[in-house]
Amino acid sequence: MTDTGGSAPLVRLEGVNKHFGPLHVLKDVDLSVGRGEVVVVIGPSGGGKSTLCRVVNRLETIDSGTITFDGRELPAEGRALARLRSEVGMVFQSFNLFSHKTILENVTLGPTRVRKVPRQQAERRGMELLERVGIASQAGKHPAQLSGGQQQRVAIARALAMDPKMILFDEPTSALDPEMVQEVLDVMTGLARDGMTMMVVTHEMGFARRAADRVVFMADGQIVEEGVPAEFFTRPASERARDFLSKILSH
Amino acid sequence: MEAVVDELPVILQAFWLTVKLTVVSGVISLVWGTVLAAMRVSPLPVLRGAGTVYVNILRNTPLTLVIVFCGLGLGTVMDVQFSADDLSVDNFWLSTIGLSAYTSAFVCEVLRSGINTVPIGQAEAARSIGLTFPQTLRLVVLPQAVRAVVAPLGSLLIALTKNTTVAAAIGVAEAALRMKNLFDAHGSDIIPIFLGFAVGFLVLTLPVGLLFGWLARRVAVAR
Repeated sequence: MTDTGGSAPLVRLEGVNKHFGPLHVLKDVDLSVGRGEVVVVIGPSGGGKSTLCRVVNRLETIDSGTITFDGRELPAEGRALARLRSEVGMVFQSFNLFSHKTILENVTLGPTRVRKVPRQQAERRGMELLERVGIASQAGKHPAQLSGGQQQRVAIARALAMDPKMILFDEPTSALDPEMVQEVLDVMTGLARDGMTMMVVTHEMGFARRAADRVVFMADGQIVEEGVPAEFFTRPASERARDFLSKILSH
Repeated sequence: MEAVVDELPVILQAFWLTVKLTVVSGVISLVWGTVLAAMRVSPLPVLRGAGTVYVNILRNTPLTLVIVFCGLGLGTVMDVQFSADDLSVDNFWLSTIGLSAYTSAFVCEVLRSGINTVPIGQAEAARSIGLTFPQTLRLVVLPQAVRAVVAPLGSLLIALTKNTTVAAAIGVAEAALRMKNLFDAHGSDIIPIFLGFAVGFLVLTLPVGLLFGWLARRVAVAR
């Protein structure tokens, strides 16, 4: 699946640079994500993985380079940017469910306000999505009443409710208790199998092996190496990746 | 004591005007203060700047000056009129403008501190599902911000209730002006009259504090 066929990639980053003050967090990053492709980004903390994820829907601006989504350069601001974001789902490390709204309202807010879908229709679809992630019975509750794993599954349903062309996952399981990681990964694996285009920043190597079409290894703001999981995990080409993998896999 | 009993209709009438000033100014301040807060957190530098200048001027000017300006500047010099022949209607609305202009600056700052209690991730999540900036503010950030500052908003309403007495400066016959008139008419009963008005204000403000305290606990957002 690394081969994107004849069609243009859905996302293309070219020569992207980003600084946080004196810190150069993205250094001349080039990356494409094909339609239906699942790209997993791994690497040491502070290497720019989350920033890479966040520049794709412009939650972070970039200093130089270009990012195109679906053939168009990312709009700078305003309604055009909002429209782009509605086509790119995002799942955060800290869930970020709207605390003052019920679970169902979290899922229907985007469709009703952005897409102007009638409420009843949005609620019907919202319940289907909650069913799919296994939270339908909690629809009337507020986020604080749910476990972390449940909240993150709702966050995925909220992203899906917009029928996005792609979903970005920014360390979706890093804030979860260990026993809740699997339920979230299961939902994500299901999405990958259904052909959703995904860019996933994670430390879950099992998920990377199982669900990724391509693994991107990032360190110090640069993409050091990329390849299919089987290749990358068994025969990493770079010293840096070998070092990283030996630290996390050897025990 | 007799003076208070005898003049009760006048006193109640005066307090009724106090209540009207408070409610009307309170509603306008809430609306205008929310607009100001939206300006001060907006991504447009022009709006942010205008909001900041407004708040800093009004918040740092004595209310008496603001109200006298409305009475003399707007009313007398610029001849702003709200009624063809009734001066008391003019003065009511001119002092309402002053009270609202002043109080809204404080409402803005209270709301802004409320906005700061809402985690940044809430706005990021709202933006990432495609909500525009105004929608993010209206549907996600402000509802949570207001819940966080219900109690301080109650304090503002109490302050506003007491601040309506400054309207006396431009001849609005609210409680403070009536009290002064009664002092002139009943020189021997100054203490009872004073106590009567003080109790009147407590009757208005104490329930407001209790109501907002209760409301704050009720609407608090669980995180």
